[in-house]
Amino acid sequence: MGGVSAIIFIIGIFIFITKEGLPFLLGRFDIVEFFTSPRWRPTSEHNPTYGALALIAGTASVTGLAMLVAVPFSLGAAIYIGEFATGRTREILKVLVELLAAIPSVVWGFIGLSIMNPLIIKLFNVPVGLNVLNAGFILGLMAAPIMTTIAEDALKAVPDTYREAAEALGATRWQVIRRVVIPASKNGLVAAVLLGVGRGFGETMAVLMASGHSINLPTSIFDSVRALTATIAAELGETAVGSDHYRALFTLGIFLFLITFIINLTADLVVRGIRKK
Amino acid sequence: MFEASELNIRNHRVERLWGLLFLLMTVLLILPVVVILGVLVYKGGPIISVDFLFTEPKDGMTAGGIFPALVGTIWLVAVALLASVPVGIAAALYLSEYAPDNWLTRIINLAIINLAGVPSIVHALFGVGAFVLFFKFGTSILAASLTLAIMTLPVVIVATRESLQAVPQAFREACWNMGASRWQTIRKVVLPNSISGILTGVILEVSRTAGETAPIMFTGAAFFLPFLPQSVFDQTMAMSLHLFVISTQVPGVPEAMPYGVALVLIGMVLAMNAVSIGFRMYLRGKKKW
Repeated sequence: MGGVSAIIFIIGIFIFITKEGLPFLLGRFDIVEFFTSPRWRPTSEHNPTYGALALIAGTASVTGLAMLVAVPFSLGAAIYIGEFATGRTREILKVLVELLAAIPSVVWGFIGLSIMNPLIIKLFNVPVGLNVLNAGFILGLMAAPIMTTIAEDALKAVPDTYREAAEALGATRWQVIRRVVIPASKNGLVAAVLLGVGRGFGETMAVLMASGHSINLPTSIFDSVRALTATIAAELGETAVGSDHYRALFTLGIFLFLITFIINLTADLVVRGIRKK
Repeated sequence: MFEASELNIRNHRVERLWGLLFLLMTVLLILPVVVILGVLVYKGGPIISVDFLFTEPKDGMTAGGIFPALVGTIWLVAVALLASVPVGIAAALYLSEYAPDNWLTRIINLAIINLAGVPSIVHALFGVGAFVLFFKFGTSILAASLTLAIMTLPVVIVATRESLQAVPQAFREACWNMGASRWQTIRKVVLPNSISGILTGVILEVSRTAGETAPIMFTGAAFFLPFLPQSVFDQTMAMSLHLFVISTQVPGVPEAMPYGVALVLIGMVLAMNAVSIGFRMYLRGKKKW
């Protein structure tokens, strides 16, 4: 009974958010408008519009920048911790990465607001420091520890006999890593990146606080944007239960749920790919 | 005869270079945290006092302390644990001790990964749809805690399963050979040998639960409520939401205050994590097998 609880909850989540979002999906929802219009104006009196393009662009730009920051650094850190560091150093680094993962997202958001914001204004001489750069950097730091941990697990899963065999042929440690360990753990590394993307995609509070939260199709990293998750968090409190706006927010939720579901499923299939071989 | 060749020397130089590069990346990854902690302590440290921790917010949250938020967070975490720990341990026991390796187990694992990967705001929507509206708990500690419980369930399941699987198979086999049933084996042998690992997982869950904001925003946490909750059907303030509110929604908050709240929150979370990590290391040192 306990075993299937996770399945029940996942299905329950899908059913309940669909239940609240469905009347909108079947009624007011216009798929072309949703994906192509950047006008998210649910509170307009005469002509409310529900275009999510700007929100999708906001989430994508922030997550994209976050991955540019996080992917190289967390894979590098995973290789260092897994392959170069030994003994006590390795333990300490692993603990530090774990603590990095433990910082609550609202604290990250606050850091974006109060530390990064003035820093960006001063450094780049721009009027507003709450933008893609700020949120992307914060999100990168948040996603990095997860990616590092999973990537390191993937490296660890490569049998030591592979390394020993390569070393016996006279390969240096770097050659072993590049020619043996990385190719052998490729799928796990890809899964690590995917799960990091999923994390970035779904992050709410930090993005809400650090991105500037204004509806924009970003043209540079200094533009303020608004993310899907942040829109729900900011607007749900102000909507009347059962209104179109309220149901539209649940529709965004369904969209987010499906995307993270697909990302997780893909990561799982990729990992399973290695086990089969 | 055994002199390093030109190629050897070059290879070793390349190796050292890459090692240094990766070390640099690791340090750069960890450095911001150290800096951030430093800034929080520097700016928020001075405001923290017994008064700050144990009085109510005053003057529209621009003065006073954080007591109701602190108590609220403890309520939320406690109720969430009551709900998620039994279910999580049962699920882990099933997966580790009973489940055959078939499609159902595979789907369960996938569901656990997904549960952990669903965005926190989607959990919040679920909490609103299910607990607040459908089960008619209203916005209450109960609704917020149950939302948190489902969200952090994977933490308990994964940690418990790992510590159950760390018990050597030989222990179980020895017990079965004595004629013990599967459940007797679990209760007398497997659980006693893994209880501390399970506890580590629970502590980790506490720290995750305490820091979450989005899932409780619409299900039970209030912006401002200068009273302590009396039952699970009351609303409550919470540390995480309080930090969000005073740093974005309330004008005229003295600068040190949000830093102080952030410092207390992060202190709670990191302390819990440190306990969990320390506990784990102590156990690993003590292990007999």
